[in-house]
Amino acid sequence: MREHRRIRRFSKTERLFHWTNAAAFFVLLGSGLVLYLPSLAILVGRRPVVKDVHFWTGVAWLPALAAIALLGDRGGLLRTARQLDVFDRDDVRWLKRERPAPQGRFNAGQKLNASLTAAFFVLFIVSGLLLWLGERDTTFRFASTVILHDGLMYASLVLLTGHLYLALIHPATKHSLEGMVTGSVDEDWAAYHHPKWARRGLPLEEQDP
Amino acid sequence: MPLVPTGGWRIYTVSGSMPRFDPATWKLSVGGLVERPTTFDYEQLRSLPRANQISTFHCVTGWTVENVRWGGVRIKDVLASANPLPNAQALEFTSMELPYIDYLTLDQAALPDVLLAYEMNGKPLPREHGAPVRLIIPDMYGYKSVKWLSRIDLVPAASAGYWEALGYDRDAWVGHSNGYGAAPKSKLGTQPTGKTARTPLVR
Repeated sequence: MREHRRIRRFSKTERLFHWTNAAAFFVLLGSGLVLYLPSLAILVGRRPVVKDVHFWTGVAWLPALAAIALLGDRGGLLRTARQLDVFDRDDVRWLKRERPAPQGRFNAGQKLNASLTAAFFVLFIVSGLLLWLGERDTTFRFASTVILHDGLMYASLVLLTGHLYLALIHPATKHSLEGMVTGSVDEDWAAYHHPKWARRGLPLEEQDP
Repeated sequence: MPLVPTGGWRIYTVSGSMPRFDPATWKLSVGGLVERPTTFDYEQLRSLPRANQISTFHCVTGWTVENVRWGGVRIKDVLASANPLPNAQALEFTSMELPYIDYLTLDQAALPDVLLAYEMNGKPLPREHGAPVRLIIPDMYGYKSVKWLSRIDLVPAASAGYWEALGYDRDAWVGHSNGYGAAPKSKLGTQPTGKTARTPLVR
């Protein structure tokens, strides 16, 4: 039996970027839910501490990702961002469930997930900062800020649930988690799910790190 | 206790733990500039003339809960036996959740729908809403409606409460303070109506 060849899917920088974002999101989600849900608020108490954790994690979120981008493989991250940004005709067909719709390194769903995550990230930070400023200066107090911040939480929970399902449970896609953990994926899997990328891809040992 | 914030309530606290109401030890003290400092235990407070109202609760952070049914006592009935002295011009409300404190002028406290509420939607006031008794002043944002009340003191003038020390308006009229709507002006601090309560202020 032939040994499965692996191909490189994510660089160290990309994986660190992803997992830092994930860790920050879970800390923010956990502390945010304690601040938001009466049942958890009562159970946990210590609102001032939880508030500090939530606030400072939020403050550190952008600089942490920026530092990883600047100190790591910037070029590679930019290339990845461009790949995520481009929706081609096959992506449109893929979203309409028309087949065949051969996908590149990222399928249209992953591109959509990345765009929404980025948009939510910006809106979370802006609305969060406005909430913080509004506690200190009435100029920044708007009735809809808290509603936006909460709504983003619900929207991103939906997105996260889908993401976790596809990465952990769905048989056809859960292999992709290996790519985000180890950096490489099975070439046959990649050729089937991401043919436009994998056919161009080289075996792991011949690729850039 | 519902899992999600049903009815739109958010529970805000400022200290490490939420005060717990113990009927055996809880007292509401009325003191300061009064002839006779008074205390009420829970039963004594509930034996005072009862008032009911339906009013809307506005939080300064932007959420609102409409048509909350409150049951409780009017402030004048709580002050009656203590008998405020003539130089008393304001009330200082102290929460069991220290250092939370806030003030109303006597004029503000005399608005017809200001209530010391021990019931909410037909049930004893839940812990997270300030059990056993909280202040309700529907015309003002919720941070004026002190939860977990333990003391009411008559004082010469209103000063800065917990959030006011952090820059919030002392006269927290809904729609006209804290950056919302027009700038405040009038004798009571702005434009109180005392008419926020939707139903008759039933005794």
